[in-house]
Amino acid sequence: MAPILRSENVTKRFGGLIAVSNFDVEVEEHSISAVIGPNGAGKTTFFNCITGFYVPEEGEIYFGGRTIQGLSPDLITKSGIARTYQNIRLFANMTAIENILVGQHPRLKSSWISSIFKTRGQQEEEALALEEANRLLRYVGLTGLGDQLAHNLPYGAQRRLEIARALASQPVLLLLDEPTAGMNPQESAEMMVFIRTLRDDLGITILLIEHDMRVVMGISEQISVMDFGEKIAEGNPKEIQGNPRVIEAYLGRGAAAGLELETRSNGN
Amino acid sequence: MLKGFLDRYLERFSWVSFFLRLFQIAAIIIIVVGVYNTLTTAKYTNAQWVTLVFAGLAQGSIYALIALGYTLVYGILLMINFAHGEVYMAGAFTAVFLANYQAESGFLARSPWLAILSWLALAVVVSTVIAILLERIAYRPLRNAPRLVPLITAIGASFVLQYTFRGFYGTVFRSYPTVPALQGTVNVFGAQVPLVQLVVLIAAIILMVILYFFVDRTKRGKAMRSVSEDHDVSRLMGINIDRIIVTTFALGGALAGAAGIFNGLFRPQGVFFFMGFFPGLKAFTAAVLGGIGNVRGAFIGGLLLGVIESLFPNLILEGLGIPAVNQLRDAFGFTMLVLILIFRPQGIFGERLAEKKA
Amino acid sequence: MEEKPRPTWQIILRSGILGGGIAAYLCLVGLVEAFSERFLIGSFLTLGEVMLVTGILIAGLLTARELKDNKILATGSSLLSGVVSSLPLILLIFITMLFVLRPEILGATYNLRDMFVNLSPELVEILTLGQGLDNLALGILLLILLSALMSLLGAAFVLLPRRWSLGLISGIAWVLVIGIFSDTVSQIVRQVAGQGMIRVIFVNEALTPQAAVIIFAIAFVTGFFSVHTRIQTRWEGIPQTQQSRTRMILLLAAFGFLLVLPWVVGLFLSQALFTVGLFVMMCLGLNIVVGYAGLLDLGYVAFFAFGAYTMGILTTTGSLGRGGLNFWMAIPFCILVGVVWGLILGFPVLRLRGDYLAIVTLGFGEIIRILALSDWLAPFEGGAQGVLHIPYPNFLGIIFDSPQYMYYVVIAGGLIAAFVTIRLRESRLGRQWMAMREDEDVAEAMGINLVQTKLLAFAIGASFGALAGGVWAARLGNIFPHSFNLLISINALAVIIIGGMGSIPGVIIGALVLVGMPELLREFTEYRYLMYGILLIIMMLVRPEGLLPEATRRRELHTGEDENFEPVSQQPVGSDR
Repeated sequence: MAPILRSENVTKRFGGLIAVSNFDVEVEEHSISAVIGPNGAGKTTFFNCITGFYVPEEGEIYFGGRTIQGLSPDLITKSGIARTYQNIRLFANMTAIENILVGQHPRLKSSWISSIFKTRGQQEEEALALEEANRLLRYVGLTGLGDQLAHNLPYGAQRRLEIARALASQPVLLLLDEPTAGMNPQESAEMMVFIRTLRDDLGITILLIEHDMRVVMGISEQISVMDFGEKIAEGNPKEIQGNPRVIEAYLGRGAAAGLELETRSNGN
Repeated sequence: MLKGFLDRYLERFSWVSFFLRLFQIAAIIIIVVGVYNTLTTAKYTNAQWVTLVFAGLAQGSIYALIALGYTLVYGILLMINFAHGEVYMAGAFTAVFLANYQAESGFLARSPWLAILSWLALAVVVSTVIAILLERIAYRPLRNAPRLVPLITAIGASFVLQYTFRGFYGTVFRSYPTVPALQGTVNVFGAQVPLVQLVVLIAAIILMVILYFFVDRTKRGKAMRSVSEDHDVSRLMGINIDRIIVTTFALGGALAGAAGIFNGLFRPQGVFFFMGFFPGLKAFTAAVLGGIGNVRGAFIGGLLLGVIESLFPNLILEGLGIPAVNQLRDAFGFTMLVLILIFRPQGIFGERLAEKKA
Repeated sequence: MEEKPRPTWQIILRSGILGGGIAAYLCLVGLVEAFSERFLIGSFLTLGEVMLVTGILIAGLLTARELKDNKILATGSSLLSGVVSSLPLILLIFITMLFVLRPEILGATYNLRDMFVNLSPELVEILTLGQGLDNLALGILLLILLSALMSLLGAAFVLLPRRWSLGLISGIAWVLVIGIFSDTVSQIVRQVAGQGMIRVIFVNEALTPQAAVIIFAIAFVTGFFSVHTRIQTRWEGIPQTQQSRTRMILLLAAFGFLLVLPWVVGLFLSQALFTVGLFVMMCLGLNIVVGYAGLLDLGYVAFFAFGAYTMGILTTTGSLGRGGLNFWMAIPFCILVGVVWGLILGFPVLRLRGDYLAIVTLGFGEIIRILALSDWLAPFEGGAQGVLHIPYPNFLGIIFDSPQYMYYVVIAGGLIAAFVTIRLRESRLGRQWMAMREDEDVAEAMGINLVQTKLLAFAIGASFGALAGGVWAARLGNIFPHSFNLLISINALAVIIIGGMGSIPGVIIGALVLVGMPELLREFTEYRYLMYGILLIIMMLVRPEGLLPEATRRRELHTGEDENFEPVSQQPVGSDR
């Protein structure tokens, strides 16, 4: 089966700094994949390259069989990629419902002229959109909070609202940037379960970024590890857990060596 | 194969870039044609061009001194101090009374340099105080507000200052007395350049050098640079952020005050409550031209803008057969601003700040 | 803010000097003297005196607020801070005496009035409460006494029980408002109740003392028994259906009232209403650009100018005339020209960030004005001479030569603008705008085409501005490039910011207060922009959302209504970038 998202040799530089270097990744359809790595490894930059916020200097990104790098972000979203942000970026002074309605934007068609005259088509579409927004609100468990301004919602609710907003565009591929950032272990575990449910319910593909290695191990089928912009390892969670380069990246060389010794002695 | 390539290209085609490019080409063609026509008709002599350049440099040094205030504040607070032009006005408008008093009493004729120094002192003090008050009352409470809030406050402050001084000093146009010691011309490259223009230019350069040493060498200056890099880290280093910000406003105010007197020396007329508005805008243009946040850039940007404004209407517009080019001089400055921000928002020396994806 | 309570003497000194400083500032800037001829009550109280004591009131208010736990201490302190606040004024009296009125005392060689134009004998007269230099000691004593009393009054707002202070505030406010707008009120009273009534209420454009007392008493009672809140609670008790029906009736009544208004208030006030309506129309357009799309446009006057010049050139009977259309035929062209120029000027600034956009649009506004003034374009649009002889609109043989007719044009235009604004706000495009205002990058990542969204905002906003410009040109008959200066842009911006960005009632209130009021207060014109500036700053410091901020609408289908949830703690969303 062909991968739904594939990047080839993606490189992004900022002045002299190479944020992402020759990064290859393949994401299978309907899978949950993860890009992990220490802070500042270039994970979010890579996301920004996929969503068109940055244009990589080199390399190609294929989505559903065609290249998308260089397209503007709105076109990429329209082609079926949606994302959330590490440091939640909701439309703070709009209500929860309005946030989700904005998320539905690429699917709506009514023009501004038809909304001045409130044509029947426009009204039907708006009613459907509102209904769908409410459904999504229920789906992420925020029933009753629809009329709250986004910035008045509690942190956890904001995270879920951001996911609902991303889902509103009915994406094929959902990019989650550190969905458990700022959560305690209990909440993180719940979020992980929720992400898996998402995939199973909607049949979408999920690619997530995580900083914390442990939380992704449970749900990811495929993991790419990034350090200093480069891919240092790739495989299923088992393979990653044992990979000395990954341990080195996370803990430093000395610790990795010690750990390696320990595993070896344990093995013996 | 070709079709695929074409599709790919069309998908990435941006009308905005296309039109901006077109606009750029049109601007260049207009400039080239205008310059070519003017130079081939030989309407002005070389000496006349030199005169224009020096007039532009003198005017530009005023812009440069004001621009330094914009750039210093922007460097530290990332805000456009829209009311800075009024800080300039405050000093110039206040000192004009002292100047006229000294002219009447004969003090100016007896010891002109002392007189000018006293005007300078008064204007610098007034402008500095106004700048500090501005920061304290209008901007400090808003330091963490969304970007547009301090800008709107600054617009408000600009009007408050204008109409305050209008209320204080009345609506009459004042003018500085002519300083006999600064009359006369100097021969430069075969052109007669007014002495006062040279004096203003040199004085501005001296101030600039002093500022440069202050920012570069003194402890306070180093603290300023540190704050402009990162507020939080500087605070951790034990730097009093509030004091540095006040220093910045005070420095900008002092330079604007000095600019007000220099302006009065070589263009004595037109001292009134609105006199700061357009120079303020032009100086902002100069700061952007040099790369906002960059001290050296602001100065060079100011001089450059002065020369451009002085030369280009005659050099370009006249070649295009446009009558009464002097009427369009101000429009030229604003057009420059628009063009820079569109095509090179980072200015000559600066970083790319004006675009969102900084 | 500060942890340690300040010592009492410091509080007294600080608020006293602040209050006195404000009072002295108002004297120096000329406000006190300018309004000293404007009597509010009989021949006792002038608006100038009210201005003078405002600062002192603030001194008492501040002192009392910081010490309100101990009422006796607070009362005493505010009395003292009143005395302190008279010091800057006394200083002002002496300066005026020594450097303006009696230079021989110190042998001053410079008449300070050449500089500070308001250091006049009249000012000394006002400050010494009419005693002048001859009875200086008595005058100063009176000033100190007055300051102490006024400071006490200021303290009373804080220290009195809530009902009493509400009554007091509403009483004073109403007397002031009716006194200030006596001109307007008396014209309305004349139309409604006839000349006899006026003699009871007004004398020489001021309230009669009896009338003042009666108004104060009525307002005091309404404030004291907080009638507003009672009505509101009663209103909320009414069932939903009846509420909406009542609202409908009220709306219709308001509309009817709007329709007959010009004939009730007379010619002069109709002109003011016309101007207010014109600004409402224009500001609704700017509101789309600034309030909804978040693009701070400081050159909005350009579109107003395009509209006015289009109307002028297409309809004038003068030599510049092209097309020879009538008003109604020219209107669509005004709108069209506005849209086209909205797109043209919007295009280059598409990629600029907020504050740069503001400066560049300001530059555009100025470029347009300078070009309009220049000889270069004079053959097309008249240069400095402007466009003359623009005919009045003519509707079914009625020539709209008075503001009372033009008022209806403006009302119609305003209603259309409001209608379009409301419909768009509720639509997909409105959400696009607001999303863009909140976070441009995320909006783009939601599939919103920023170029299209911004250009639509500029174009639709510009069309309202141009429409207003066209109507304005037809009302004036002659237009000159000088009229299209930056102040109009600032005026419009102040209206929407002070009214409340994004809110239609806010725009209307803003226009009434900022445009209507200066039209009615002739003495005010000089200080109009000073007031705007002060209001803008205070608004940004105290209430950045404006007087009547846009309300959030409730849209969720109430399926899970039973869940009672508490409004939640403030969690910052995202970064501030």
